[in-house]
Formats: sequence, C-alpha cells, structure tokens
Amino acid sequence: MDSKAYLDMSLLRFTTAGSVDDGKSTLIGRLLYDSKSIFEDQLEAITETSKRKGDEQVDLALLTDGLRAEREQGITIDVAYRYFATPKRKFIIADTPGHIQYTRNMVTGASTANLAIILVDARNGVLEQTLRHTYIASLLRIPHIVYCINKMDLMGYEEKVYENIKKDLQELSRKLEIEDAQYIPISAKFGDNVVDESTNMNWYKGTTLLSLLEHIEIAEDRNLVDGRFPVQYVIRPQQDKHHDYRGYAGRVGSGTFRVGDKVKVLPSEFTSEIKAIDFYNDEIDEAIPQQSVTIRLKDEIDISRGDMIVHADNPPQVSTNFSIDICWFNEKPLDPSKKYLIRHTTNELKCMIKSVNYRTNIETYEKEQGEIIKMNDIANISVMTAKPMFFDSYKNNRSTGSVILIDEGTNETVAAGMIN
Amino acid sequence: MTKTINRNHLRELESEAIFIMREIAAQFERPVLLFSGGKDSILLVHLALKAFHPAKIPFSLLHIDTGHNFAETIEFRDNLAKKIGADLIVGSVQKSIDKGRVTEETGVEASRNKLQTTTLLDTLEEIKADAAIGGGRRDEEKARAKERFFSHRDAFGQWDPKNQRPELWNLFNGRKNVGEHFRIFPISNWTEMDVWQYILMESIEMPSLYFTHKRQVFKRNGTWLAAEPYMQLKEGEEIVEMDVRCRTIGDVTCTGLSLSTADNLEDIVIEVAAARETERGGRSDDKRSEAAMEDRKKEGYF
Repeated sequence: MDSKAYLDMSLLRFTTAGSVDDGKSTLIGRLLYDSKSIFEDQLEAITETSKRKGDEQVDLALLTDGLRAEREQGITIDVAYRYFATPKRKFIIADTPGHIQYTRNMVTGASTANLAIILVDARNGVLEQTLRHTYIASLLRIPHIVYCINKMDLMGYEEKVYENIKKDLQELSRKLEIEDAQYIPISAKFGDNVVDESTNMNWYKGTTLLSLLEHIEIAEDRNLVDGRFPVQYVIRPQQDKHHDYRGYAGRVGSGTFRVGDKVKVLPSEFTSEIKAIDFYNDEIDEAIPQQSVTIRLKDEIDISRGDMIVHADNPPQVSTNFSIDICWFNEKPLDPSKKYLIRHTTNELKCMIKSVNYRTNIETYEKEQGEIIKMNDIANISVMTAKPMFFDSYKNNRSTGSVILIDEGTNETVAAGMIN
Repeated sequence: MTKTINRNHLRELESEAIFIMREIAAQFERPVLLFSGGKDSILLVHLALKAFHPAKIPFSLLHIDTGHNFAETIEFRDNLAKKIGADLIVGSVQKSIDKGRVTEETGVEASRNKLQTTTLLDTLEEIKADAAIGGGRRDEEKARAKERFFSHRDAFGQWDPKNQRPELWNLFNGRKNVGEHFRIFPISNWTEMDVWQYILMESIEMPSLYFTHKRQVFKRNGTWLAAEPYMQLKEGEEIVEMDVRCRTIGDVTCTGLSLSTADNLEDIVIEVAAARETERGGRSDDKRSEAAMEDRKKEGYF
C-alpha cells in the first residue's frame, strides 16, 4: 500500500432510505463487507447473536442497530452512522430508519448528505414510502438521488421490470424537480451491481453502485458564488505577543474568500477588506466552502458571534419576515401562539409564528389546510423575527437557508426549517 | 501560486472538528477537555490548538486517573499540559474509593473501569463544568454509532439514547437547564484509520506506548496484558517478554497489547490498514456484555 495515497481521497456523505423489507441492511452490509470494512470480531459478534436468535443467515442489520431496544425490537430507532473507505473515497453513511413515524430521522440524515440512496423493491415498484423518501430528499435538496431497484433476482433479472419502475421514478423526479437521479438494478443479497458488475443483467450498461459512489462529481454542488462567512467566535489572545490580533473564526458557508476581497459586515453594514486568512500558523490566500479558518480585516470594526461577513457586492436578504418549510419533530404540536427560538448559522433570535400556510401530504404531494402541525408533519409557515436576519433561500444556499426551531421552555430542537 | 489548504477527506474532518471546538467555546461557560493520554484525546488537543490559534485553548484538561495508568501516560500528560499552558485537573478514582463513593471490585479480573463514571460525574459537578469534550468516535462501538456531536446529559449525568435531540446541518443546540451538561464529540466522524493518517500528516507527537517496545506481558482470554504489579495472575498465566505496542490506551487492567514491530507512524498506518480486528477488540471493558458500552454510557461513562 502506498502510504501517501490517502492524501488524495475525498469524502462523500450519503443517506440510505428504505425499510428492512427492501433489503437496506443487506445492501449496507454488502457494501461494508465487500469493501472489507467489517472486522472479524464484529462479524463474530453478530454471527453469535444471529445464532442465538435462531436466524439461519447472519443478520447484517445487527451491525447498524446499536441500541439494546433496537436489537430487542428488531427495528431501527435512530440514525446510525457507518463508515467505509475505498482507495478513492471515504464514505459516511447516515442510515435512517424507514418507518413512517421516523420522518425526523430521515430529515436529519438528509441534511448533510451529498447523495441519497433510495431502495425500491423490484417486486412492488413505487410504493407510498418511495414517494415519501423521494419527497424528503427533494425537500432537503440532496444534490444526487440514486434509486436502487433491488431484489432483481426475484424477478428473473428482467429488463422490463427495471424499465417500468424506472419510468415511474422518472416521472416522479420531474414532478419534484430533481436534478440528478440515477437508476441501478441490483440484488443486494447476491451482490449484483453493488460492488461487482452483474453477469445476470448484461442488458444494463450503467455502472455499479460502488463505482457510482466513488466517481460522482460533488465538488460542483457547492455554492462558490455567494460569499457568506458567519462569524462563530472572535479570537483575541490575551498575550503581549499578539496584543493587536483580532481574528474572526468561522467556517465558510458558501462562496470563496480571498485576501484583498471587499467585504461587508452584517448587521452593521460596515465595509472593509480582508487583510489575512489564517489557518493555524499559516496564512493562506483563499478559503472555500466548509473550510474552518480565521479572517482578519483591515479596519477595526465591532464584530461578534452571529454577525456575517459577506462579499460587499453580493449581500444576502435582510428581513424580519419570511416563510419556511418545516418538518416538525416534537411530540407537542406547533403552538402558533408561542414564541420560539430560531437558530440560523451562528445566530439565535426569537421569532413568532405569523401564520401556518399549509401542510404537505408527503405521499400525494398535495397541500392541505389545517392549523395543527404534529410530529413528522411537513408544513409551510410564515415567521417574524425579533431582529433582522440575513439569509438566502435554501434552494440557493443550504448553509444560510437552513434553520432549526428551539422550544425555550424545554430547550428541545422542535423543527428543522428551510427558508423559501 | 495561490496558497490554499490542500483538499482531502482529512481536511474535511478537521474543519468539521474545528467548527465543533469553536461552537463549544461559544456556547458553554466552563467546558473541559477529557484527556486520557490516548491518541484520540491527544488529537483533540491538537485540533483545539488549531481552532483558537494564536490564543491559548479556552478549555482545561480533565484526566480521570484510575491509579492504574501506564507511567508513560502520566508523564506524557504532564508534559503536554505544560507545553500548551493548559490547566490540568485530575479526578482520582483512588480518592473516590477512599471517600466511600464507590466500592472496588475484587477478584483477578477486577477493574476500575466502571468506577471512573462516579469520579467523572463528581469531578464535573465539583468544577461546575457544563460541557465535557470527549474523543469518542462513532466507528468504535455500536452504541457510540448512535451518539450525537452534542450529547445532552440530565442532572444525574445520564444519557437517554432513545430521546436524543435531532442534529441537522451545522446547527448545534447546546441549550440546557442548570445542573445539566453536554458531552461533545468533535471527532465523531473519524475512523481509527483517519486518526492515524491525520497524525501522520500533521506529525503529531505520540506517547512511546504506541510504538513497539519490549514489555513483560501475559496472555488472558487471548489478549496480551501488561504485567504491572497490581495485576493478579491466574493459575497457568505466565509472564513473558514480547515486542508489543498499544492500539488503544486505557488503564492497564483493560488495555490489550498487540504484538508488533511498528516503530514509526507510517508502519502503524500500514498495520491499521491490514488489521482484521477492531481496535476495541482488545478492550475487556467492552466484552462484559453485548450492551456493555450502552449501559455504561447511560450512566454517564465517557
């Protein structure tokens, strides 16, 4: 092995949606097993447990079901994170339960994903849950969706089966304005088109799932245009040596920041110029999305956490009124008379609910009326914040278009929101 | 040429961890960094240094000392704290035993591993810490795979895995009531391989225990253990000298040693790549039952 090769590896985060019946655990098990990411002692432990439960085959789901309650009930309750790597990429899987009541987990897993794998059982074709999973992937704007049409072995590996399901899925993608959708016929159980090419489906000319995961271009999914740098923390060393040092620490939300760029600070609207970009004890010329750096400005301006440094010629929207699509997470329904905290980038504000506009049925995609928003509901609401917020639409900018709502009484995160 | 940060998966994980470090400093009043002397906590210190440079790290280091640590661990800990100018707080399991807060296990397989939880929770309360930063990783163990970055603990230090706060995007909710605290895991998404590759890439100084050395050892349940004075031998167990190194470092009673001749970081990376057992495979504390980690975590373990 070349000990330096890892310096060229990239990272891909993906989420998997589907239920145990779709063979999701088998698929993940297959990816981990065939990429040699399962260790002997792990395999031993789950073989032992499977035997004790009286299962004939090793239940690969035991790898992902980590909690006692999950193993006892044979269901997945919470998002489980799994890791594997090939020489090209490191992968983070957010494995989300497929049950109807766990929409919140799917939303959570989807929020950071570059790609979603949605499993479709070749015997059943597009079901309600396929509609649900696709809706959530599109709502959260996951850039790439890969439909794995699984259990092809049970349908005689027939091209027509695949083509019919693909046609239905394409229609769905059009309806939801999904930009990139791909369709792979697989058998997770026998490994067809997962890691190795299938010899049973010569009519399929596309790539295997793993090859797709390894090669799909994700760098271009980032927003490299709108410069947004939410200030996270102000670094002011209390040492004589660094007496005049004042650095604004944060993670680039979107856009590219270069030394010499003209910037504006929100909400104060002061303008200045980037003097330096620090990365530990190095000064760099340019920072791109997701990089944690420290920015220093030419002028001394009063800046604190929650402020945002943006390109002077391309500011975000500034307003106290906007509407958001929310997914409600809490057992207590949304209370329109209550004030909630809205957390957005590194900022936190109070907000009130102006109106509940509609609820979306995630199986028919129809808008329904009704004030009551319960756990796992998807709805559109209008809010008013106590102070102006600076944001972009989620459609254009995942980092400055996303919010969570917090109940001040319980401190719980009660909703995820995407700004329209 | 434009000077930028090289792009690879390690830099992405690093940026994520630095982001978390800064969130901790911004959202909490008295965070402490749980320092065990193992590679993961050394990595945390390195990431914290990067997050706040040129300022000092805004956290104290907290070590829960079982009294059964390798001498090298203690020495490394003291030197590191001095070098970075951080406060070092030591919570002593021996003191908890002396005060009658916990009762020492007996028998040849006795371990102070479980007792650490009481010492940890008592110390956190004593120093009024509202966040404890840990080096737990989701790939280590199945209960840890369910852990959040920001993990809420009630006033009794307990974890409720079935009722965790959803965590979305980069938005971390660290709000809590008085008396509650958070456990925060900045390197949640790192694997053992990532950790070693990063240590190699950054040339981070590591304790000598991770590199091959000659040591008096004995074999128990298929695992090599260090023959320190407080380890009681069972009948038939024999002390021999072997070339070994640690793959993880915990307290002596539960740290399995691997036979290895790796004496530099490149060799360790190659060894990890070829490994067919997980790194905690040698940790007897995890083997007590299938849910050993989940049960300990619920009570407030690391």
